[in-house]
Amino acid sequence: MSNYNFSLTTFSPSGKLGQIEHALAAVNKGVTSVGIKVQDSVVLASIKKPGSSLIDLDTLKVVEPICGSIGMTYSGMGPDFRVLVSRARKIAQEYIRLYQEDPPVNILVKNLASLIQDFTQSGGVRPFGVSLLIAGYDSRGPGLYQVDPSGAYFPWKATAIGKTMVESKTFLEKRYNKDSGLEDAIHTAILTLKEGFEGQLTEEFLDIGIIGTETTVEFNVPGKEYKNPEFRVLSAADIRDHLENTV
Amino acid sequence: MSYNGTAIVAMTGKNCVAIAADKRLGQQFLTVDMDFQKIFPITKKTYVGLPGLATDVQTLYKSNMYRLNEQRDIEPKAFAHMVSSTLYEKRFGPYYIEPIVAGLDKNNNPYICGMDLLGCMDVAHDFIVAGSADENLKGMCENLWEADLEPEDLFETISQALLNAVDRDALSGWGGVVHIITPNEVITRHLKARMD
Repeated sequence: MSNYNFSLTTFSPSGKLGQIEHALAAVNKGVTSVGIKVQDSVVLASIKKPGSSLIDLDTLKVVEPICGSIGMTYSGMGPDFRVLVSRARKIAQEYIRLYQEDPPVNILVKNLASLIQDFTQSGGVRPFGVSLLIAGYDSRGPGLYQVDPSGAYFPWKATAIGKTMVESKTFLEKRYNKDSGLEDAIHTAILTLKEGFEGQLTEEFLDIGIIGTETTVEFNVPGKEYKNPEFRVLSAADIRDHLENTV
Repeated sequence: MSYNGTAIVAMTGKNCVAIAADKRLGQQFLTVDMDFQKIFPITKKTYVGLPGLATDVQTLYKSNMYRLNEQRDIEPKAFAHMVSSTLYEKRFGPYYIEPIVAGLDKNNNPYICGMDLLGCMDVAHDFIVAGSADENLKGMCENLWEADLEPEDLFETISQALLNAVDRDALSGWGGVVHIITPNEVITRHLKARMD
């Protein structure tokens, strides 16, 4: 087996690409993230795990907005995520420059996934050590996607990635109800993360992003009113309120 | 505009839009073709008219179709911005085209938009004209157009505007085509005109 360890772009005789498998292993070591899509909104939630109690968690963000109507979180390597956030934002801005409107979620995901795929086939690079959860809202309604280090992407109703992926997915399969509202979805997301969290889950260890028909923003254009769903990252105080309601 | 000769006009109606063009292709005063396509369908509810230098008409149409790589029906507004970007990318060596986009958006509201050759957009609520007969068209439209016309009345209005405008322009005419875009269908009619 190990005789065939040439480069990340070389297939092993069993048909696998070693480096991509290893990248997925990095993802599965990372903290858990969940995404839940309901009737007219999507929730992203992820854990912030401190390496030390001295780390100032307030300034660490794991759920990031990409453009007005799209947000993203991850499991795996933090630095790789930040690279992908800035690349995703650039893809979104290029789209907006061309069409003067936010990209539909599937288009952003397609473009970002093709960038990630490039990193599995080019020389002198390694694949990204992250799986992404991307949530947004467009003319087709809410959208939730997972993108893997291989560049593969999947549309989900609800999913989890990271350390406790298997258990969390089983939990979500039991709890998921597509007709529930945004509040219920946040509630389920918190409960899912709580299951796999060692110790007391408080607001400082948690990041939540939401988007849907309830998170609209109004633009005042003379003579017209636009109401568009906008991706929002919840404040610590908001998350505390939700945690208190989740017993 | 005046090398090949064109007349293109778009008008809004009540939950419908119309876009019409003449059919002539010329090389200055020599008429080469009397059935030259200048209006192209983009989606079921969005059409684009490309008046100007004929070689650029066909290049610009192809490059825009190439960019539409999404599996969805693009909105007329987004499409207009895309055409505008395509034009501005050639800011210092432009396509000699002044496109007109006409369509109905997802709520079936009319949208018409004109541009100059650099992509500067002009979104109107009434009508947009372009081509070598643009001033004649503008005069006709100012007289004939009224708000909230039904599809059949809009057809009559835009046809009269086009026919009478090209009759006073030596470089355009030789027949016309009218597309009326309604929420359910697009009505396409060909107009007979003076062939001289």
